[in-house]
Amino acid sequence: MAKQNTDCAACGKCDQPNGVCPEFTFYTFIIYSENTPGLLSQITAVFTRRQVNIESLNVSASSTPGVHKFTITCYCEEQMAKMLTKQMEKRIEVLKANYYTDDELFIIETSLIKISTPLMLKNREVSKAVRLHDAKIVEVNTTYATVEKTGITRDILSLYESLNKLGVVLQFVRSGRIAITKSRVEHLDEYLAQRELQRCL
Amino acid sequence: MMNKNISGAEALMQSLLAEGVETLFGYPGGAIMPVYDALYDYRDRLNHVLVRHEQGAVHAAQGYARVSGKVGCAIVTSGPGATNTVTGIADAMIDSTPMVVICGQVGTSLLGTDAFQEVDVVGVTSPISKWSYQIRRAEDVSWAVSRAFYIARSGRPGPVVLDFTKNAQTAIIDYEPSKVDFIRSYDPVPTPDSDAIHEAARMINNAVKPFVLVGQGVELGDAREELRAFLEKAQLPAGCTLLGLSALPSDHPLNMGMLGMHGNLGPNVMTNQCDLLIAVGMRFDDRVTGNLKTYAKQAKIIHFDIDPSEFDKNVKVNLAVLGDCKQTLAAVTELLDPTTHQSWIDGFKPYAEKEYNKVIDRAVHPKDGPLLMAEVVSRVSEASHNEAVLVTDVGQNQMFGCRYFKFTKGRSVVTSGGCGTMGFGLPAAIGATFGAPDRTVCLFVGDGGLQMTIQELGTIMEQGSPVKIILLNNNYLGNVRQWQAMFFNHRYSFTPMMNPDYELIAQAYGIKARTVVERSDLDAAISEMLATDGPYLLQCAVKEEDNVLPMTPPGANVDDMLLEIPQ
Repeated sequence: MAKQNTDCAACGKCDQPNGVCPEFTFYTFIIYSENTPGLLSQITAVFTRRQVNIESLNVSASSTPGVHKFTITCYCEEQMAKMLTKQMEKRIEVLKANYYTDDELFIIETSLIKISTPLMLKNREVSKAVRLHDAKIVEVNTTYATVEKTGITRDILSLYESLNKLGVVLQFVRSGRIAITKSRVEHLDEYLAQRELQRCL
Repeated sequence: MMNKNISGAEALMQSLLAEGVETLFGYPGGAIMPVYDALYDYRDRLNHVLVRHEQGAVHAAQGYARVSGKVGCAIVTSGPGATNTVTGIADAMIDSTPMVVICGQVGTSLLGTDAFQEVDVVGVTSPISKWSYQIRRAEDVSWAVSRAFYIARSGRPGPVVLDFTKNAQTAIIDYEPSKVDFIRSYDPVPTPDSDAIHEAARMINNAVKPFVLVGQGVELGDAREELRAFLEKAQLPAGCTLLGLSALPSDHPLNMGMLGMHGNLGPNVMTNQCDLLIAVGMRFDDRVTGNLKTYAKQAKIIHFDIDPSEFDKNVKVNLAVLGDCKQTLAAVTELLDPTTHQSWIDGFKPYAEKEYNKVIDRAVHPKDGPLLMAEVVSRVSEASHNEAVLVTDVGQNQMFGCRYFKFTKGRSVVTSGGCGTMGFGLPAAIGATFGAPDRTVCLFVGDGGLQMTIQELGTIMEQGSPVKIILLNNNYLGNVRQWQAMFFNHRYSFTPMMNPDYELIAQAYGIKARTVVERSDLDAAISEMLATDGPYLLQCAVKEEDNVLPMTPPGANVDDMLLEIPQ
């Protein structure tokens, strides 16, 4: 999507910063599928064909044996989110696709920040920032230290920005989000149970 | 029943027979040779039609599927053989045509090495097919073929690709038949929701000016009878989409004509006057809706479809009725109050008269001047008692064909609707002669489209396929020329076309041919064509700069149809 020369990474039109764009909402899609090769490209194609940029993507096994879970985030309008889920469910091996806003989910992301050990030792503000952000140092040697921070995007970016201001950052990596729903109903289990019933009919 | 020690290629033959396949369209090549070797022993049970180009194989399979309702099947080799089928696969996807394409593929040990004639066929075809699968082991043949046919034919039909590696073709296995009729992640025919059925009936019973849009879903669901009962019980006037034209007999009193850019005036204008729009098995294509911002804004909309992803895709609907329209239409019909909407139905008449006087009469009954496409189509339709299968290519021939051909039977329109594939017509017509061997198949094709797949005349020659080819030759790429005249200031950029002597070409293939220039010769030539056993090429030298009218210009409102070209 053409988004140059604007602050908004979502709609490309307004001048609002990320997350407060009035046009687009940040959605998390949770998609369950059979574990078949080639499905990832089919799913991402559903987004790209409709000019929607994927912000993050995580794929892994789910709690149901043989079922894979995709967690995908993007900015779009709700009508688009609906269309994307229907188009994904149309792929033969996709079991269920749903979209959520952040308040419907428990969300976690993780990040690793590699910082310079000599600079860290020179400036006490560095370890203070790590402590303040509830992050931990998972490895230290004479050259570098690795900081691990798990949480939501905002907290991770806040730590990164603090450390970056102190000029100690060598590398930074942030994962895609993983999420579970707050709903008391497990839609996938219901769907699978209903399909098993239909199989027997 | 297990069959010991057979090759994966022979397992394919047995699997195809188990799926009821009778006819295959194909073209051999290196990576599919073991399959062709196995086919040699199955010639008595599987009728293989050798086409002249792989594109011909897929379009023929489409034509076969469209008239028969069965799954069309094409077999080609790897690499270029497979990529030549891509257009047909995309075409079958958008037009919901059940088809299985089996491509050869290099052996698994060579996959990903840029081997000779290796193309990532699953990668290429995944986005444009209903399902695309690589068979890497002979043991998987039986399962994969059964699953492929199940997916292709069930629910909203579509094309499936099987990419068959060479080692899987040659490996020896103990073959066991499989029958796939359930996939847990795929629910092809959702159970109708009784609340939606009741709500639909309530909305229709309350409507004063209801209007039904009939799509190909009615044909695909074999719901022509259910549709008629539905329309007749509540006297609901209807318009048909391009692909839905033969879902309702043309002369049915409730059939108000064709929808869309070059459809009839009445159904298009009344779309923006009705109070309830009832769409059945259609997808609100932009060629039907025109400007979405003004499309049927005054009306409530009910959408019957088997594919949930069609709801609210282009047009926001008030009520979605999910399910097979054969069931849902019947269920709603039971709840309808028998009624008449006479004054509303009468309201279509002035538009029909206006269109007849301004467009149809002069197109079908010209007094002088060169032959017109519309009159040729109309005469062929009449001469075949409106019972033939209409196959068209794409362009003006398609629009005139679909406007002026009349239908009395279902599954009678074979045309490339969503994809608009020039070159579709000739091979699709060949396929149609195999899919409906007892029917007359009339192909209307232009001089542009004919040359895109003209090599299939060789297939016609070899098979004796009784295709009646009506070549509407205007020495132009007529539809593009019309747009150039209307929207590009008459700048005819590369649309005039120098043509060969088509009669000589037909003669070279042993196909009987005749050219008509004079109006007085037309009827005799058509009679001769229809009386001829086997193929026939009737070349009509039609007016060079003819225009398809009426027309909703691209992006214009559905009720703003032009009846003449603005000067």
